[in-house]
Amino acid sequence: MMMSVALPIIVPLLVGALSVMLWRSHFAQRALGVLGTGLMLAVSVWLLADTWEHGHVVMEMGSWPAPFGIVLVSDMLAAIMVVLTGIIGFATAIYSLSGIGKMSEKFGYYPLLHLLLAGVNGAFLTGDIFNLYVWFEVMLVASFALLILGGERAQMEGAIKYVTLNLLSSMIFLTAIGLTYGLTGTLNMADIADKLSTVEDTGLVTVIAMLYLVAFGVKAAAFPFFFWLPASYHTPKVAVSALFAALLTKVGVYALYRVFTLIFNQEVDYTHEILLWVAAATMLTGVLGAAAHYEFRRILSFHIISQIGYMIMGLALFTPLALVGGVFYIMHHIIVKANLFLISGITFVMKGTHELKLMGGIYRTHPMLGVLFLIPALSLAGLPPLSGFFAKFIIIRAGIEAEAYWVVAVALVVGLLTLYSMIKIWAEVFWKAQPEGVEGETLDVTSGPMIWMWVPVIMLALMTVAIGLYGEPIYQMALMSAEQLLDPSQYIEAVLGEARQ
Amino acid sequence: MNMHSLILRTAGHFLLPLLLLFSVFLLLRGHDEPGGGFIGGLVAAAAILLYLFSMDTESARKVLRVDPRDLLGAGMVLAVISAIPGVFRGQAFFTAQWWEFTAPIFGEMKLSTVLIFDIGVYLVVIGSVLTIMLNLAEAED
Repeated sequence: MMMSVALPIIVPLLVGALSVMLWRSHFAQRALGVLGTGLMLAVSVWLLADTWEHGHVVMEMGSWPAPFGIVLVSDMLAAIMVVLTGIIGFATAIYSLSGIGKMSEKFGYYPLLHLLLAGVNGAFLTGDIFNLYVWFEVMLVASFALLILGGERAQMEGAIKYVTLNLLSSMIFLTAIGLTYGLTGTLNMADIADKLSTVEDTGLVTVIAMLYLVAFGVKAAAFPFFFWLPASYHTPKVAVSALFAALLTKVGVYALYRVFTLIFNQEVDYTHEILLWVAAATMLTGVLGAAAHYEFRRILSFHIISQIGYMIMGLALFTPLALVGGVFYIMHHIIVKANLFLISGITFVMKGTHELKLMGGIYRTHPMLGVLFLIPALSLAGLPPLSGFFAKFIIIRAGIEAEAYWVVAVALVVGLLTLYSMIKIWAEVFWKAQPEGVEGETLDVTSGPMIWMWVPVIMLALMTVAIGLYGEPIYQMALMSAEQLLDPSQYIEAVLGEARQ
Repeated sequence: MNMHSLILRTAGHFLLPLLLLFSVFLLLRGHDEPGGGFIGGLVAAAAILLYLFSMDTESARKVLRVDPRDLLGAGMVLAVISAIPGVFRGQAFFTAQWWEFTAPIFGEMKLSTVLIFDIGVYLVVIGSVLTIMLNLAEAED
C-alpha cells in the first residue's frame, strides 16, 4: 500500500481546515501557510520518487476496487505536475508573508489557498473522469473566491467573465462525461480507455473527444476560448495572479494530455490535426495580444496563452520527442511564469502601478531586480542556456522531424515576438528613466516584511537557471512520462491489473 | 431584521430545540436510511435562522454560543481526519473502520469513521450556511 499518492491531496485539505479553525490568528495562518505548503512539497517529492521507482502508483480510495470506486493514479506526468504545484504553492505562501495584507487574510485567503492547491493536486491525481470534474469545481470555487478578495470593481468584472466561461466549460465537460458513460458504462478512465478500444462507432467517439477538447480548451485558455484569461488575471492580488498563472491553465493542459493520450487515441489523424491548428492559433493570438498591451500583468497574461500553444503543439504532434518537449515545456513554463508575476508584484510595490508608461529607472536603483527579471524573461523568450531554450528546442525539433513545417514556422515567429515583448517590459520598466511629471513612488522593498517577496523570486530564478544548466534529469523525467503517455496499456494495467484477472 | 411578530417569536423559541434535536436524529439516521450530515446540518442551520428571523443577529449569535467559522473549521478537520484511521490498518485512505461494542442500555452499538465524517459534514454545513447568513443579516442592519 503506497500512501504517497493520496498525501498531496490530504495534506493541503487538512492544513486548510486547521487554518479555518485558527482564523483569529494571522500569525498562525501565515505559519501554517508556509509550513503546510512546505509539507505538501515534501510529500509531492516523495510521490515523485515512488513513481520514478514503480512507474505507476495507484490507490483505491476507501478500498472500493476499480473500476467501481474512485482510484488515485500517479504516473510520471501527474507526479511531475504535483511537484510543480508544491513548488509554486510554497513560493506563493512565502511571498504572501509580505504581499497579501491583513484584509485578505481576514476573508480567508489562506484556507482558500490550501483548498485551491488540494483541488489542483486532486485533478492531477484522480483516475476517474467524474472525480476530475469534481476537482475542477473545487478549483473553480476556490479560485473565484481568491479572485474577488479585495472586492474592487475591476475584480468583480474579471471574476464574472471568468466564472461564466468556466461554468460553460463545466457544463460541456459534464455533457461529455454523460455521453462517455452512456457509451462505455464506466467512469474510470483506464476502464473507459479499455472499453473504447472495442467500440465500433468511432464517429461518436470522435464527437465526444471534441466535446472534451472544448471543455478543457476553455480551462487551458486555448484558442478560441481564451478571452476570460486576459480579462481576469490582472485584477487580483499579485500572489493570487502568480498562482493562477502558474497552475490553473496547466490543469486544463494536463487534462488534454490525459484524455488525448489515454482515451482518445483511435483517430489521431483527425483529432490531433485539430489540436495542431488550435496550438498554432493559440500561440499567435496570445503573442499578438501581448504585443499590443502596455500593462505589466496583461502582457504576462497574454503570454500564458501563447505558451499554452506550445504545450498543445507537443501533444498534437504526438511523437515521443514532441511529448517530451511538451512536458518539459510545462515544467519550465510554470516556474518561469509564476516568477514573472511575482516580480511584477515587487515593481508594483515600488512604483504603485502596473502601467509600463508610468514606470522606469528600476535598473538604476535596484540592479539586482533587473537581473532577476531578465532570467525568467529571457527564458520565456527561449534564449540559451536558460530552461526555455531547451523546452522550445525539443518541441521545434520534434515539429521538424514530424515534417509539420508550417507550425514550426509559427512557433519560431512567436518565439521572436515573445522576445520583443519581454524586451519591451525590460526597456520600459527597468531601463528607461523615470518619466517626467510622473511621481515615482520609491517604497523601500529591501527591508522589513517586504524582504519575503525576494525569497521565492530568487528561488524560482535559480530553478530556471538550474533546469537550463542541468537539464538532463529533467529531460529523463519528461522522457519517462512521454513513454508512459504513448503506451496507455501500462496505465490501464496499473489500474485494472487485478480486476481483469 | 426583527419582524416584531409575537407568533413568530413564540414559535421560534419552541421550535429551536425541536429542530436541533430533529437535526441530530437525521444525522444519526443517515447511515442506512435517508438523512445524513448534509441534510441534518441544513435543518440545524434552519433552526438558528428561524431564531434569527424572530429575534435579531445578536441573539442568534448568542444562542449559537460559538462563532460559525469555528464550526466550519472543526467540521472540516473532522471530515479530513476520518479519512486517516484506515491507513494505520494498512488500508487505503477513506476506508471505513468499524468498532462494535455492547453498551449497558442500548445493546449492540456500531461506531465508525463514516459517522465522524458525517458529523464533520454536519458541522461544515451549519458553519458555512450561518457564516453567510449572519454576515448578510449584519450587512443589512
